[in-house]
Amino acid sequence: MSATVITITSGKGGVGKTTATANLGVALAMLSQRVVAIDADIGLRNLDVVLGLENRIVYDLVDAIEGHCRLRQALIRDKRLSELYLLPAAQTRDKNAVSPEQMIELCDQLRPDFDFILIDSPAGIEQGYRNAVAPADKVIIITTPEVSAVRDADRIVGLVEADEKGPASLVINRLNPDMVRRGQMLSTEDVVELLAIDLLGIVPEDKEIIISTNRGMPVAMDGKAASGQAFRNIAGRLMGQNIPLTPLKGSPGVLDRLSRFIRG
Amino acid sequence: MTERVRIKGTSDGLVISLGPGPLQEVLDEMDARLAAKASFFVGGRVALRIGDRALSAEQLQGIGNRLHELGVSLWAVDSQHPTTYAAAQALGLEASFQAPARTSPATQEEVPWAEMAGIVVRRTLRSGQAVHHAGHVTLIGDVNPGAEIVAGGDIIVWGKLRGTAHAGAAGSEQAVVCALELAPSQIRIGSHIARPPERGRRPRAPEVASVQQDRIVVEQWNKGSWSLRFGGLGPEHDE
Repeated sequence: MSATVITITSGKGGVGKTTATANLGVALAMLSQRVVAIDADIGLRNLDVVLGLENRIVYDLVDAIEGHCRLRQALIRDKRLSELYLLPAAQTRDKNAVSPEQMIELCDQLRPDFDFILIDSPAGIEQGYRNAVAPADKVIIITTPEVSAVRDADRIVGLVEADEKGPASLVINRLNPDMVRRGQMLSTEDVVELLAIDLLGIVPEDKEIIISTNRGMPVAMDGKAASGQAFRNIAGRLMGQNIPLTPLKGSPGVLDRLSRFIRG
Repeated sequence: MTERVRIKGTSDGLVISLGPGPLQEVLDEMDARLAAKASFFVGGRVALRIGDRALSAEQLQGIGNRLHELGVSLWAVDSQHPTTYAAAQALGLEASFQAPARTSPATQEEVPWAEMAGIVVRRTLRSGQAVHHAGHVTLIGDVNPGAEIVAGGDIIVWGKLRGTAHAGAAGSEQAVVCALELAPSQIRIGSHIARPPERGRRPRAPEVASVQQDRIVVEQWNKGSWSLRFGGLGPEHDE
């Protein structure tokens, strides 16, 4: 049994890589998968905070790579899901503390014990990105429906193809169906047409994300939030389940409400 | 018949420019020209300007041997082709490589439009990717925003052109840019620059951009007038 290594990247910062990594980790673990989430953003670690595991860090990724501890010691078991582990980034070092070869070796050590290894990539296309992508079997590109984010995603698609890691798949994050309907936001079709890669999922804009991130409780654990459901659907698709992509519904308009009232 | 070989004396030695045509014929012409004035040239050194021709190290070595027999030595190669550049470097010659876009119009060799080399690229150019070529470029795929094509000749995109395109990059204004969907972030032809109107429009039919009366004009392809215009296009189309 060998894990699938999935790197989550975007090019642009702030589009939701870390949130997606945390939630996919949680959602996969809820489907009884053994998951380790690796924070490859050395020097700017966040994944531990989003998962609410910040105060449990003793050793980190760089400690494990440099041999200051055994790899097992650096893995932090999630406080809620026994199948989910975090390998945190070092905060006092930088991206050059690790090489792509070391990342590959690290993942090879982890593979026998897990079903999924998720790597949270830093923004950018430099050393940190190369470290994160080197061990990947699959790459997931996160974008938001903004021209600048899509431009960067396109750059990453090209780089992933050049590395022969392709084809990458796409998650569109923070889509606001009401704004799309009013023509104020790029639609799913606009984004997919330009990037021309497989769409793995669409995550709606959701206030719950901010609340859950601040609490260290990934939204995928919440049964009700629409964004959480979207991440659970993506996790299911990663496991090969056939979950159709449904267009997102906006907040109901007057006519919707009226017709619902009449139909009663 | 125009001269395919130009020989120029400079303070740095001879500069020999090889024009287009079958390599063997051009080299024979070079031999003949040098031999005619052998006494004048003997002992000098030669810089070769090869333009957009791809030569292997073996071929370059052959040229070097020919020149040596004529009493001159090859010391430098100036080319616009990466293969030739690499070959010259491998032989330990002084090599300079000029991407066509960076060549000023004054130093660019005049290559007849119809004889200019061309390449076909079969892929989509994504943001940050670029194709640079001294001749014509045909791309089967899309050119996404943030990608660029720079060509010495025409640019044809069988797909959506949304990035930047620079045709006639060596200064030629007879170059055209055509695309199935011409919606570039910027278009350049020769020394002209144009950008689309701020409110993005979605072209409904293939279009051609060309320079007319000193500005870049975009027209729909299906006008039919283009086939007529191409018949008489370009002053070099004289035979």
